[in-house]
Amino acid sequence: MNPLPQRTTPLAQRFRRLPWNAAILAPLAALILLFVVSSFASEYFLNTRNLSNVLRQVSYTGIIAIGMTFVIIAGGIDLSVGSMVALVGVAVLYVLNTITDPLQAVILAMLAAVVGGALLGLFNGLLVTRGRIAAFVVTLATMSIFRSLALYFTDAAEVTTRNPLFSEVGGGFVLGIPIPVWTFFLLAIVSHVLLFHTAFGRHVCAVGANAQVARYSGIRVERVVLSAFLIAGVCVGLSAIMLTSRLNSVSPSDAGYFYELDAIAAVVIGGTALSGGRGTVWGTVIGALILGIINNMLNLTGVSPYLQGLVKGAVILLAVLLQYKRTP
Amino acid sequence: MLTSHADGVITMKLTRVLQKTALATALMGTALGASAQEYHIGVTVPAAEHGWTAGLSWWAQQATEELTEKHPDVSFTVLSANSGTAQVANVEDLMIRDLDALVILPYNPATLQSVISEAYEEGIYTVVVDRELETPAQNVFIAGDNPGLGEQAARYIAEELGGEGNLLVLEGPPIPINSQRVDAFNQVMENYPDINILASQNTDWNAQQALSVTEDLLGSNPEVDAIWAGDDDVLIAAIQAIEENNRDDIQLVVGGGGSQRVIEMIRSDHPIVKGTVTYPPSMIASAIALAVHGVKGERLGDMYHGVPSRMILAADLITADNVEEYYEPDAAY
Repeated sequence: MNPLPQRTTPLAQRFRRLPWNAAILAPLAALILLFVVSSFASEYFLNTRNLSNVLRQVSYTGIIAIGMTFVIIAGGIDLSVGSMVALVGVAVLYVLNTITDPLQAVILAMLAAVVGGALLGLFNGLLVTRGRIAAFVVTLATMSIFRSLALYFTDAAEVTTRNPLFSEVGGGFVLGIPIPVWTFFLLAIVSHVLLFHTAFGRHVCAVGANAQVARYSGIRVERVVLSAFLIAGVCVGLSAIMLTSRLNSVSPSDAGYFYELDAIAAVVIGGTALSGGRGTVWGTVIGALILGIINNMLNLTGVSPYLQGLVKGAVILLAVLLQYKRTP
Repeated sequence: MLTSHADGVITMKLTRVLQKTALATALMGTALGASAQEYHIGVTVPAAEHGWTAGLSWWAQQATEELTEKHPDVSFTVLSANSGTAQVANVEDLMIRDLDALVILPYNPATLQSVISEAYEEGIYTVVVDRELETPAQNVFIAGDNPGLGEQAARYIAEELGGEGNLLVLEGPPIPINSQRVDAFNQVMENYPDINILASQNTDWNAQQALSVTEDLLGSNPEVDAIWAGDDDVLIAAIQAIEENNRDDIQLVVGGGGSQRVIEMIRSDHPIVKGTVTYPPSMIASAIALAVHGVKGERLGDMYHGVPSRMILAADLITADNVEEYYEPDAAY
């Protein structure tokens, strides 16, 4: 019934080795080069405050990109994450403004974000697995639904909070490093362990590589896919906490706008195959950092705002070209 | 396997490409850092995704070019953002670069509130444009006159119609700016009991939406004398609907904003487009000029005081009589 451990291990090791060697070195080299170039191009780049700004700016989409990595490796995609940030953000602000005790409000709001994100992710996952609709179509629809609900609950108006503690979560520092950055890196470590050192992680890769084969080898494909969407939802919840608390408000039309594209770009730059089956969390982290540094450089050097999109697009294309040319 | 060899090739290729980028970026860097300027002013506006915001970007570029020539000791960085959160990052990045003044038209005020407060509290001379913050955190606030826009349009329409007729109103989305315009419009119209407002509907200030809303309204109202569009992009869409439906009962269409397309229509004596009221995107240019004088501690013209803390630009009615003053063929709006 169950596959023998000796038979699964070499397969899993191949999954593990391939992305690590091929896909991570190129983005890492690019990141290091970009970093060096940036330090020469702008005298302000290495400023500690600038570096901590870049990391904080990266962390909102970076956290989401980590969740996206699981979904993409499992052979799916999640276009709804940006709208989900807005909807979860609205829920966070609602909880904050309903409960009077400030500390209680913050704790419950954060809990609501994680649970809310998980539920929305589960909703996506169920439609994909039980409803048997392609992930692209499901999340295209829920992207529209989540945004619409966020707008409806708030009458399209920005919501602010007077809770004195909340802004400390996303705006605060621990050991000189912004809390969103801690969250991003800790999440990355946990996710890396989950993806590369657990049976679940190997199953995610196997399902994405070939769902049929995975099914025949006894992997519960539906459950794996569902979990991947659930993880993406939880990541969105974490990101929504960081973002809304940094801004001390949420704008339903604006929060998470285009985050899905930034997250997918980070995953792709990081060497994860859009076709699924292989990928790394570290690649995604590097991809997110590359995007963040490019954004920061364009702003620091004052490149024409009209050209910034071109530079970003070109880097994404370049990264993908360099990585995929080698695959026959 | 072939991985290690392939990796080497990838890294080499990547190195080459990145070296080129490095060179380009480094050149850009030196070009900017070369001249030792005393004041650095950062400007950030919403990206050009609507006629009015395109005008905003055009005027920001125009003003910084002209002011750089006049004030060699001032340098500018202009950024734009396609979302409120992107604009937060804009401000954070600008603040790193020894910023003396910040000119910002906030994408959405609540999202930008905390980062603008940070800049202001750091002693950066802050000019907030058009959209007011809930908790003031600025040296200067400059905006157009929204109630004035509605009021001027209403007076003009009432006068042209001789105090009687049927009217359609094309509103914007349910945001404060729109209600200020429409409320002021309706207040003037209360003085004209014979002017009948048949319908007042939301077009989201979006041309496509405006086209279908106008079509529907024209279909259900056979006798219409005049239309007021609170935005010039909406006016253009309304004209299209009127022409496609061959409606010759409509004598007058008045807009809001003061776009060059509508100004050209007025200038070339359009049969029904006879007036619009300014809500000028060039306010960003004035805001940048205010920042230049404000950060240097200078006075404006012959004023006996420094730069005022609040400035509301007049809403001017543009008709055939004064259209030449507002004609700026190169402007983006």
